Amino acid sequence: MLDASEGYTTEDGRKIGGVVMEMKNITLRFGGVVAIKDISFDIREGEIRAIIGPNGAGKSSMLNVISGFYNPQDGQVFYKGALRPQMKPYQVARQGIARTFQNIALFDGMSVLDNIMTGRIRQMDAGIFAQAIWKGKAEREEVENRETVEKIIDFLEIQHIRKTPVGRLPYGLKKRVELARALAAEPSILLLDEPMAGMNVEEKEDMSRFILDVNDEFGTTIALIEHDMGVVMDLSDRVVVMDYGKKIGDGTPDEVRNNQAVIDAYLGVAHD
Amino acid sequence: MPEQFVWGMEVFLNGLMAGVLYALVALGFVLIYKASGIFNYAQGVMALFAALTLVGIMEGQVPFSHLINAVLGTEIHHFGWHVPAVLAILFTMAVMVLLAWAVNQFVFRHLVNQEPIILFMATIGLAYFLEGFGDMMWGSDIKNLDVGLPQGINTSIDEFTYQIFDYGFFIDNLDLFATAIAAALVFSLVVFAQYSKQGRAMRAVADDHQAALSVGISLNFIWVMVWSLAGFVALVAGIMWGTKSGVQFSLSLIALKALPVLMLGGFTSIPGAIVGGLIIGVGEKLFEFSFGQMLGGATENWFAYVLALIFLVFRPQGLFGEKIIERV
Repeated sequence: MLDASEGYTTEDGRKIGGVVMEMKNITLRFGGVVAIKDISFDIREGEIRAIIGPNGAGKSSMLNVISGFYNPQDGQVFYKGALRPQMKPYQVARQGIARTFQNIALFDGMSVLDNIMTGRIRQMDAGIFAQAIWKGKAEREEVENRETVEKIIDFLEIQHIRKTPVGRLPYGLKKRVELARALAAEPSILLLDEPMAGMNVEEKEDMSRFILDVNDEFGTTIALIEHDMGVVMDLSDRVVVMDYGKKIGDGTPDEVRNNQAVIDAYLGVAHD
Repeated sequence: MPEQFVWGMEVFLNGLMAGVLYALVALGFVLIYKASGIFNYAQGVMALFAALTLVGIMEGQVPFSHLINAVLGTEIHHFGWHVPAVLAILFTMAVMVLLAWAVNQFVFRHLVNQEPIILFMATIGLAYFLEGFGDMMWGSDIKNLDVGLPQGINTSIDEFTYQIFDYGFFIDNLDLFATAIAAALVFSLVVFAQYSKQGRAMRAVADDHQAALSVGISLNFIWVMVWSLAGFVALVAGIMWGTKSGVQFSLSLIALKALPVLMLGGFTSIPGAIVGGLIIGVGEKLFEFSFGQMLGGATENWFAYVLALIFLVFRPQGLFGEKIIERV
């Protein structure tokens, strides 16, 4: 079913493109602890790619490697066909990789609108002096970017809280605002770190719908980490399974579900 | 109209003007505190350093001339040229940006995520380093600073009040000018912070480092920018104070007067710094005017601090500061 260079077509008929990001033999150590051990996988354009695994499997570490928060000791990251040199997180972000955090990292003192506007920093390049006097180019930029942000606000149905300081919002809405800020960057890859962690069933359903809609509407490539197996299997096109820092499975949800190593990792077997 | 009241009014107006100058220094504190959580003890010394550099450049002084002469046995002190004030101010600003970069590069970049008290100690170290560095670079004699600002009694106010009260108010032109500059500065800083990309990024960095990184904000760039802005405010304060009372090393002590201003206004509020400055300025002048004689004079030395102390008891976050709410 997988074609190495050209992509594939999903069961529901969506066309998935070529490889946009490839992780090759990634190894990440913290002192003596090996968080990620020699893992390779790829992310294709337009797909929803999930990374799953039990607690402490190294999923978040992997996401941090992709977004540049951690630098692996070994292995290479290829982005859009080119080897990515070691970069700072903000440089990775400017290349078009946006992310959310497991524990929500928003700017609590700023309004929802301002929070989402920060996501547009990648698209705004008026210099600091133009910004300081806010004329001409800077002003035009502000207005244009504001329009895009308003569209995203509409899309994620958060119009009613546009001016509310983020610190006052309930958990579920904060998660949605964080998604909006990441989307505002119009990313090539959207990384979601446990987008449904700590949510109730209704909120989970909402979030799933938004993730699918985003992928569908904007064709955004999404890589996500999730604990909840049921949610992941419904959402994603392909799944990487990690356990103790190693990759133990990779494939479509059906393939992964029937993989003995995966079943063992989740249900637990005696390690000898 | 009773004489006392008219005099009181003059004192009040002069207090307002003095308050504006306090507010200018306090503003520099607020900027850095807002964006990086650092209480910058060196803000006053930065104002001194800016004023020293400005005078030095205008007068064509050779920097480090004492050092150069001691090492090389030469006798050079001046280049022998004079730089126009506007140009010299631009050069000085460039020096302040350089200083901002160096401070971030060599000190605060290495102290990310440290305890506030450690950052505070670092700024104390920075203050003394900068004071010594400024001394070494430009010498320690008291200098006159004249960038062509209007000075002396404002005659139209004098005449106007004379016609009404039969008593002419003494209002210094420099103070009037400082007030206008401070107002413009505050207005533009607020607009910049609220409505520009960089300003938004500045607030974002103040709020959450990780999140700021994830949207593509370079922390180092923002920190250098904020220290540069504080350097700019310091330069403005340095020009005003330097013109008023000469560029001398006691200038760095005005930073201490900014502390009660910040207690009143709150450490995180730009308008708060202004209002706090005005209250302190007016308060200490009126207090001295009304009770100074009774209490043996020189109440201006301690009034601001006592006022701040009283304020701390009743409203620790200041007039405009963010309310501290701890969830249990």
